[in-house]
Amino acid sequence: MDTAIPLSHYLALGAVVFTIGIFGVFLNRKNVIIILMSIELILLAVNINFVAFSAYLGDIAGQVFTMFILTVAAGEAAIGLAILVVYFRNRGNIQVDEINMMRG
Amino acid sequence: MDTASPVVLNLSSALPEVVLFLSGLVLLVVGALREGEGAKGLSPFAVLVLLVVAAMILGGGQTAMVSLGGHFIFDGFAAFTKVVILVAAALSLLLARDYLIDEKVDRFEFPLLVLFAALGMCMMVSANSFIALYMGLELQSLAIYVLAAFQRDTLRSSEAGLKYFVLGSLASGMLLYGCSLVYGFTGTLRFDTLAAGFAIQGERGIDLQIGALVGLTFVAAGLAFKMAAVPFHMWTPDVYEGAPTPVTAFMASAPKVAAIALTLRVLMQPFGEWTDEWRQIVVFISVASMILGAFAAIGQTNFKRLMAYSGIGHVGYALIGLAAGTAGGIYGVLIYLVIYVAMTLGTFACIMMMRRGGRYVETIGDLSGLSTRQPMMALALAVFMFSLAGIPPLAGFFGKLYVFMAAVDAGLVPLAVIGVVTSVVGAYYYLRIVKVMYFDEPTEAFDGPNGLGLRLVAAGTAVFTVAFILLPGPFLNAAQNAAAALMTTP
Repeated sequence: MDTAIPLSHYLALGAVVFTIGIFGVFLNRKNVIIILMSIELILLAVNINFVAFSAYLGDIAGQVFTMFILTVAAGEAAIGLAILVVYFRNRGNIQVDEINMMRG
Repeated sequence: MDTASPVVLNLSSALPEVVLFLSGLVLLVVGALREGEGAKGLSPFAVLVLLVVAAMILGGGQTAMVSLGGHFIFDGFAAFTKVVILVAAALSLLLARDYLIDEKVDRFEFPLLVLFAALGMCMMVSANSFIALYMGLELQSLAIYVLAAFQRDTLRSSEAGLKYFVLGSLASGMLLYGCSLVYGFTGTLRFDTLAAGFAIQGERGIDLQIGALVGLTFVAAGLAFKMAAVPFHMWTPDVYEGAPTPVTAFMASAPKVAAIALTLRVLMQPFGEWTDEWRQIVVFISVASMILGAFAAIGQTNFKRLMAYSGIGHVGYALIGLAAGTAGGIYGVLIYLVIYVAMTLGTFACIMMMRRGGRYVETIGDLSGLSTRQPMMALALAVFMFSLAGIPPLAGFFGKLYVFMAAVDAGLVPLAVIGVVTSVVGAYYYLRIVKVMYFDEPTEAFDGPNGLGLRLVAAGTAVFTVAFILLPGPFLNAAQNAAAALMTTP
């Protein structure tokens, strides 16, 4: 097992993907769809972490959690897109900087 | 450590959830088959189910039981918070009836979504592992995202839904990242195993691993978002203002209780050994929430928006009890939550009575001179405002009293002082509403008469708020037992 990729590489990858996801949500000024993609990135980063830890610890619970996250992420994406469609019907566009009806 | 315990699928301790879930499914089928009727037909049954399940929990035993393979725990603490959540959800449904009909969004999905959100919240407060925590939280959140966008033909509601969804899923992502770190550095997802491991670690004088601490911080951030505490409050005013008013009433009551109860469990049970590590996080969140809640609400003209800031402030007060980290503190938080839910639901009942020419109005100026036109409504709203401001002898005062006392006992005097000062600042905007109602020139009257549900909830919560001083015994005892149950690790 000497040639195996060490745990730290997986964790670094997870951290990088997670950070890209967070920045994608906050720095993006264009399109709500990009925000949805960023949220998926965040969840996938978590999955990488869980699977890496699970393999490292030799404990199956982390992989079980990953299955739950994947399932919930699918439901979450469905609901997010549904809300986005409803919003588009009322607003006519999905520009991030125009989601500003309520301020103050 | 007992990591290889046999799989125990003992459903009896989860019986209330099972009943709630099956009733939800039955009502879903009934609703789909009789679609033309809308929510009118289903709401009473949903209210009945919620109250029956609450009665089941009240009537059942409160011995701590771990089941569903160790992921689910039933104890006195879970029982207490579940009853509060279920009753709050039932009252929100009672409030919603007339609004849904008037705004022509009377669809049968509404009571079902509230029912499933309540189920998610019950799972949250009974979580005994990070998996159960996440599943409960998501069931609750997904249902409430949809509820926020329920008035789907209006821009305001759909925008509220979109904002809540984006920021809510971001918070779930942060919470999960924290869970993954805690799992990686401790090797377990279960709360009881975590607590046992940490206890051994504490005895040997080993510090908390930095990775687990970072994970705990991420989890706390995700939970702070769900209970709308500073610095993760930015969604609250917009979503509260945009969402349909009965949904706002629901969001301000039951989910807040569930999120705070879940935070109590996570911090007191698995991380109970590391009180000193997380106390600074809780103190910061609490102080920042109290200050923002007190100052940001001053300039608001929209009543729902004002209630959002008010809610942020009240979460800050409740967290004072958690920062104390003692049984007395937890007891204070639980009392605070019960009283807060009653005051908030009552206030929203009054907001939903603000209807002029068939349209709902929600600015504070619309209340001008209310006392001459609708004296009973003005009186009820004045009671809620005085109570939210924490003026004795109303219930809101006692909520604050118990958390402040716990903070002083735990040596957190500065925190209690900040709490008192922000209460005084906050009193300004609550009393301004009373002034507008009683001393300003009367304007056009609101439409009457109001529906039975609205009047019932407003009157009931007002009586509770006023009479709390006379009959606090049962509540205090129940809260004391619940706090004691949380302090004893199962």
